Amino acid sequence: MDVRQVAKLAHLEITDDEVALYTPQMANIVKYVEQLNELDIGEIEPMLGGLTTEGKATNSIREDIAGESFAQKDALREAPSGVAGHFQVPKVL
Amino acid sequence: MSIVSEIEKTLDHAETLNGELNSFLSIESESSLSRAQLLDTTETVGPLKGVAIAVKDNICTKDMRTSCGSRILGNYKAQYDATAISRLNDAGAIVVGKTNMDEFAMGSSNESSAFGPAKNPWDVARVPGGSSGGSAVAVASGVVRAALGSETGGSVRQPASLCGIVGFKPTYGRISRYGLVAFASSLDNIGIFGQTSKDVADVLGVIAGRDEKDSTSADVPVPDYAATLNDDIAGKTIGIPRALLGEGLDDEVRESVLASIDNFKALGANTVDIELPYAKYGIAVYYIIATAEASSNLARYDGVRYGFRAEDSPELRQMYFKTREEGFGPEVKRRIMLGTYVLSSGYYDAYYSKAQKVRALVKRDYETAFTKCDAILTPTSPTTAFKIGEKSDDPIAMYLSDIYTVSANLAGVPAISVPSGLSSEGLPIGVQLIGNFWSEATLLNLTHKYETAHPLNARPSVFAG
Repeated sequence: MDVRQVAKLAHLEITDDEVALYTPQMANIVKYVEQLNELDIGEIEPMLGGLTTEGKATNSIREDIAGESFAQKDALREAPSGVAGHFQVPKVL
Repeated sequence: MSIVSEIEKTLDHAETLNGELNSFLSIESESSLSRAQLLDTTETVGPLKGVAIAVKDNICTKDMRTSCGSRILGNYKAQYDATAISRLNDAGAIVVGKTNMDEFAMGSSNESSAFGPAKNPWDVARVPGGSSGGSAVAVASGVVRAALGSETGGSVRQPASLCGIVGFKPTYGRISRYGLVAFASSLDNIGIFGQTSKDVADVLGVIAGRDEKDSTSADVPVPDYAATLNDDIAGKTIGIPRALLGEGLDDEVRESVLASIDNFKALGANTVDIELPYAKYGIAVYYIIATAEASSNLARYDGVRYGFRAEDSPELRQMYFKTREEGFGPEVKRRIMLGTYVLSSGYYDAYYSKAQKVRALVKRDYETAFTKCDAILTPTSPTTAFKIGEKSDDPIAMYLSDIYTVSANLAGVPAISVPSGLSSEGLPIGVQLIGNFWSEATLLNLTHKYETAHPLNARPSVFAG
């Protein structure tokens, strides 16, 4: 695995030391999970999520009526840089 | 005794022990005392009126710190309560503090916390287990009767086992996940620690049930769990997957588990041998599915809307990269990268799709087993608490701590760990019971009867009071 390339896809700016640390560790983990390749499992429907039969049957549709939501002030409260009702970020281009 | 004086005592214990145990990341003295005062002066009687609860730091508690054990959330204060928290509050419980955890619940020892590990009160040189280690320690050290944790692959049951208390994971969909910070959404659950099964039953009765804010919470009636704790267990059938009691299992843990089987028989239960042929692939399936979901869920930490932002980034993309580089610890980075890799173009079928198919087979194993038994008994953890630092350089050795617990998360079935004894070194050993979907009442009945007949009769060396 090219750890540097994967880190880039994951939006992580990793250092040379980290590349040296993670490369053998990740290779071992990948080797471990590849034990699934020894299984000949044929035609099995993949399990997509954790929902039980009862969970799948539970109706999650509600009336389209606006409910409570955060006030702008509250939504911005935890932002590293909230300015004039906006999340401020460094320049994009 | 007034609720205020009880809570003062709890807060005092929490403060006093925290220097040694590091189980709390924040202790909420002010809000706890004002709630206690209010409860002392109201006549309303909630089922948990005045009960102090500790809460894992990845469950949102309005205006309280919710760090997930991570530098990237830093001093983040949640803007709303998780549904489990608002239900606890409505029942009269008091959240006294937020507990230490492996960063984003990724770990089995608490060592990946950005704020240093919580310590095991039975031996402070050892880990409490993880990822909900702080909550386990808060209960085991006698500070609180019950605590909330979260489970993705065993993060409540394994630390409960290592700390000598009860740890419970519900059926997927039993407890709303609204306000539980997402790690791997198809596996995550809120779980409960208690000094006893009754403590777990009392909390579960309050927080279980359908919540419109979590579309995966199921509309299944919530029984009175406390009412059936004392039911006779004669005639219940316990399945024993003997093939799982072999290689890799510590000898003393095996002996304790075999003794617990005899104890259940003495209480009138029957046993039957069963097989879970795909259980051994659980860890491999888990590390594909959990990391894939995590790589997606953790994309939201980018330094824009909350938490930490790296300084000195003149440009947006660079700000994302630096924030995530400086904000996440090594275990979280490893898992995000593994998840990114298994989902990347050309690898999806080989890893993710295959893992989902084996996950279906793990679930089928349980469905077959439960045609023959009411619950399945296994060890909770293959070993007792290990030393701090012992496994921290070897991710796979750490992952294998969860070998007995992950498959219940993959299948979605409920499970519970109850103390079964102490090792020759005086460390707790836990035994796990796994139940069929929605059979929480049966599990709690079995463990209540067990712990009543076979109490641990020992306290950790660090204990409140």
